[in-house]
Amino acid sequence: MENIHYLEEQFQARIDKGERIEPRDWMPEKYRKTHIRQISQHAHSEIVGMLPEGNWITRAPSLRRKVGLLAKVQDEAGHGLYLYSAAETLGISRDEMTMQLLTGKAKYSSIFNYPTLSWADIGAIGWLVDGAAIINQVMLTRTSYGPYARAMVRICKEESFHQRQGYEIMLTLCKGSEAQKAMAQDALNRFWWPSLMMFGPRDEDSPNTAQSVKWKIKRQTNDELRQRFVDITAPQADYLGITIPDPDLKWNEERGHYDFGKIDWEEFWQVVKGNGPCNKERIAARTDAWEEGKWVREAALAYAAKQAQAVEVKQAV
Amino acid sequence: MSNKTKANNEWPLFEVFIRSKNGLEHRHAGSLHAADASMAIENARDVYTRRQEGVSIWVVESKHIAASNPESSEALFDPAEDKVYRHPTFYELPIELKHI
Ligand SMILES: [Fe+2]
Ligand SMILES: [Fe+2]
Repeated sequence: MENIHYLEEQFQARIDKGERIEPRDWMPEKYRKTHIRQISQHAHSEIVGMLPEGNWITRAPSLRRKVGLLAKVQDEAGHGLYLYSAAETLGISRDEMTMQLLTGKAKYSSIFNYPTLSWADIGAIGWLVDGAAIINQVMLTRTSYGPYARAMVRICKEESFHQRQGYEIMLTLCKGSEAQKAMAQDALNRFWWPSLMMFGPRDEDSPNTAQSVKWKIKRQTNDELRQRFVDITAPQADYLGITIPDPDLKWNEERGHYDFGKIDWEEFWQVVKGNGPCNKERIAARTDAWEEGKWVREAALAYAAKQAQAVEVKQAV
Repeated sequence: MSNKTKANNEWPLFEVFIRSKNGLEHRHAGSLHAADASMAIENARDVYTRRQEGVSIWVVESKHIAASNPESSEALFDPAEDKVYRHPTFYELPIELKHI
């Protein structure tokens, strides 16, 4: 007990000095668990996040839009991989993480449980959802766990094209016909509030924040990040000439920030609990992919084993 | 790493090293699962060189990497601390001397 206490103090001292923690270093069990949970949820979000956008790849309005969206969705698969790998350094297997996702034990960002009803939604997702993700991920490039921070650096380099791709779609629609502009407004109406929820519960309702800040897993709180998102995004909506669906949104000269209205946390918790519009559909799609890919995974292993054997035989002859 | 949980029939894990351009060394880029080395190289190309980040890829199965233990870091690395005589500044020469 005494010993653990000493190790924990030393660990905290390293964090306070700004040192990074690497996979084989001693770490408190709770630090390890928290990271496994957070990194794997982040990975699941990247993977499930491909589904709403994948829905529009075959129906993209031009080849230019199609190659852009395809490349973005492919990037998200890569992000999932970087993050799964980072989580694996903490001693959890990829298969187990997959199982946790499919059985509902692990969560993913609730934003991906909303449907993509029109092409404008692809614009809104790139602009708002990737925009919100970038704010969170830029903070995480300085997180204390080395492999997580390195994955974030790689991801951040790729994200900015995602957001620009989305905003360009919005811009084009907003400069188009009345119907196209209305489509962009409708997408903003539906994705605005869920995007704000992406930063997680209010600080007073998120009991883990203090520990996460102390361990430098997070360097800013949910509310701070959310405020930053609103401050950055509101002028971008003005530029598009569409209206953020919040009558309370107003620049506050005194605070130097935008004030904004109350978030419907009941909706947030309902979606987290599995009652969002697409929760079942998303997990069903992931389950199908896992099950239908089983024979491929097995065949590849069998082939590799045979190849290895052939090499052995050749060497023996 | 070694104490993996419930991996049923996973493809082995590979570490990926990328040379970003000729003249530079291969650097660790990350890791991925693949059935064998050639699949690992193909997958590495798809995830780590989508934007011309590389001209050459090395992969090695993670289990073949031996690593120093952080707990012996002091024993391994501290002895170098007081060997100032391994650095050029340890040797006192007049400043007017050139090219040395
Ligand atoms: Fe991403
Ligand atoms: Fe993205």
